[in-house]
Amino acid sequence: MNKAAPVISLEHVTKQFGELTAVNDVSFEVGKGELFALLGPNGAGKSTTIKMLTTLLRPTSGALTLAGHNVTKSQDKARKSFGIVFQDPSVDGELTAYENMELHAVFYGLSRKAARPRIEELLTLVELWNRRDTPVKNFSGGMKRRLEIARGLLHHPHVLFLDEPTLGLDTQTRNLLWQYVQKMSDDEGMTVFFTTHYLEEAEANADRIGIIDHGSLVALGTAKELSKQTKTENLEEAYLELTGRTVRDEEVNGHESWRAMQRSRRMR
Amino acid sequence: MRVMYILWLRQVKRFFRAKSRMIGAVGQPLLFLLALGYGLGSVYQRAGQGNYLEFLVPGIMAQTVLFSAMFYGAMIMFDKQFGFLKETLVAPVSRTKIMLGGALGGATTAVIQGMLVFVISLLIGFRPDHWLSVIPTVVILSLLAVAIACFSSGIGSFVEDMQGFQAINQFLVFPLYFLSGALYPLDHVPDWLRVVAEFNPMSYAVDAMRGALIGQTHFGLAKDFVVLIATVLVLMAFGAYRFRHIEA
Repeated sequence: MNKAAPVISLEHVTKQFGELTAVNDVSFEVGKGELFALLGPNGAGKSTTIKMLTTLLRPTSGALTLAGHNVTKSQDKARKSFGIVFQDPSVDGELTAYENMELHAVFYGLSRKAARPRIEELLTLVELWNRRDTPVKNFSGGMKRRLEIARGLLHHPHVLFLDEPTLGLDTQTRNLLWQYVQKMSDDEGMTVFFTTHYLEEAEANADRIGIIDHGSLVALGTAKELSKQTKTENLEEAYLELTGRTVRDEEVNGHESWRAMQRSRRMR
Repeated sequence: MRVMYILWLRQVKRFFRAKSRMIGAVGQPLLFLLALGYGLGSVYQRAGQGNYLEFLVPGIMAQTVLFSAMFYGAMIMFDKQFGFLKETLVAPVSRTKIMLGGALGGATTAVIQGMLVFVISLLIGFRPDHWLSVIPTVVILSLLAVAIACFSSGIGSFVEDMQGFQAINQFLVFPLYFLSGALYPLDHVPDWLRVVAEFNPMSYAVDAMRGALIGQTHFGLAKDFVVLIATVLVLMAFGAYRFRHIEA
């Protein structure tokens, strides 16, 4: 692949749920090997953006490209090119760590021969190799997250999506997690796209940061550029300057609230 | 194929790891067998119909398969709630394969439970006409299991919680069961019930089971099989369609 070509690109992407516009005409690009953070208050459109990039939602208009594949037109090729760690756990608790990895390998068409050493390598990296035969329901939240990271990396993705990957994790696990991610990004030239509410995390790890609010991209640049642009001292102040200080609705993002609305409408 | 196989294997593994599920799944049919078999047996005999237990066993086996294959839909709902579904939905695999692999796994565990009931029936004195009839019995149970597992996949794809799922069970699956010929012969029932039973695919599964195990049929085995296979195809299409439109 051409090094200059972006690995992720969004062109005038809009997503509407009924009358609600969750993402409004967003365009940006992320390059190969880049660590990119998408920040924004709750309900700003972060999760909707990730869901569109990962084929879980279709954009209302606009085009998304992943590693050269149009996300809506060549879904399966786009799907092969990314790994993802969701906000909430998505492992099968009844299966063991190894079985979860095996399942993923089959989904992504890795041969048994290729999968074995890769699973061992990754489970060792996230320090779960000696717990490989434990059913995942016995894992702590942090262990599950580590397993999901290993799983997301299994098929050598061009892009790794992390949706609030460190939410609820202790400092040690958070540190380790960023170490793995940095290492894989350096070793395999992988692009990392993540969202977080911990601004110091974005400042420390991201090459570039995008800030989204009310569905629109309001700023894009390095942490330094963002503070310079807003004449503030650090990213946190820049962020508050750009998105304001009012508290947003917790938990409910645009997509879910729209669905809840539809449901209550149906009931009436 | 590997994708369908590993999803099939996932269901089978989960089933054997959850011992409580196995006990629960066999407990209810056992209660039906004992309470109805012994409770109504003498009345049935006095009415000149012969051995009720013998009549009842094929129906209870079909019941076991119906309810445990229906339970597979709840597994899809749990996958939705516990997040595993998202892992399958972003995978570069066709959703039809995902649906079918899991449904075949759910169907397999349902047939295993149905055959467990068969073994228990043998212990309390049931004897099939011929031991070889075990083979068509497994075929019939498999057809029923696949049909219902596909149906419940479709239901599990859009039902949001356990309450909704229970409602479907109450208003759809229980009537399917009680209005089939599982518990009573269809030869002398009132006309309305006979008509309802004729439009109920479950009646044909029960009838085929009885044909295979004790040589009694109401509709005839050929008709039973045609209806069963048609039901499988229709419900497979329904399950695949609903599953494709699942929302993550």
